[in-house]
Amino acid sequence: MTTDTRVRDHADVPAPARPPQRRLSVVGILGELFIAAGVLIALFVVWQLFYTDVQGERVQREAVEETEWVQPAIVAADIVETIPDELKMRDTDPPEMRYPDFAEKLAALMVPRWGEDYTKMIYEGVTRADVLDPLGIGHYPDTALPGQTGNFAISAHRTTYGKPFVDIDQLAVGDALIVQTGDAWFVYTVESWDIVTPQDVQVIAPMPGEPGVEADDRYITLTTCHPKFSAAERWVVHGRLDYWAPTGNGVPEELLVAAP
Amino acid sequence: MISTMIWNALPGPAVLRVLLLLLMLAAVVFVLFEYVFPWASEYFAIQETTVEEP
Repeated sequence: MTTDTRVRDHADVPAPARPPQRRLSVVGILGELFIAAGVLIALFVVWQLFYTDVQGERVQREAVEETEWVQPAIVAADIVETIPDELKMRDTDPPEMRYPDFAEKLAALMVPRWGEDYTKMIYEGVTRADVLDPLGIGHYPDTALPGQTGNFAISAHRTTYGKPFVDIDQLAVGDALIVQTGDAWFVYTVESWDIVTPQDVQVIAPMPGEPGVEADDRYITLTTCHPKFSAAERWVVHGRLDYWAPTGNGVPEELLVAAP
Repeated sequence: MISTMIWNALPGPAVLRVLLLLLMLAAVVFVLFEYVFPWASEYFAIQETTVEEP
């Protein structure tokens, strides 16, 4: 640049146009914001469909590993003692259990139909933020505890967050649902399944399906979403207690029998 | 443009700027995955598993 240019009268000579890319463009910024929003939504989908499973499966596996009273589900059938028939209790109440605090671990669920290594912990409460999303399977507050007369009602995700109940549609009548606490084994048998609306709370009534009626037996109920990835309906599975037995006398033979 | 502004605000040579951008992206994704998305998904109710009183 010469001295001439600096003293030049600006009224006479138009200033050179600034390079267009340096100008603030409303459309350009709007476009960038739209791209950012698109990336954000794509990231949310990746998180929901992929990352929650990675996280959930890790948390749920570690929860089983760190619970010392859970019997390992993978055991060679020939070296493992099964519960003798005389210890299978059918008409007596199981040992008294302290009602768990919110989000406290209360039992383990084993389902041979879902694989011989299927073991997941059950926690108190069914809120998504505190139990179902971060921990896995939740127990409906104020429903029966394992083995009690009434309805032991539990819920879990069918997709994402480690998907504990992903194969709920594989459960057949007669399949075993095995619940273990620190004190006892509870072997339930699947009796029926149903698809209901989200408001059908009678499925978790003490007498499943009959609200207000006193329970006549020891039931279990599983609820999860239906269809997959939807909040439209609920898939419900009901079962009834076959027997309970104190821990420390072997494992239920149902655990070792591969589901047909 | 926002992208140009961010690029110009970063110090150093192009290689360093790219590294800084990647670090910032990783931090943003971490915060989204760990805090923002778990919180936001509560309000979408894309999937619910429980039965409850209406």
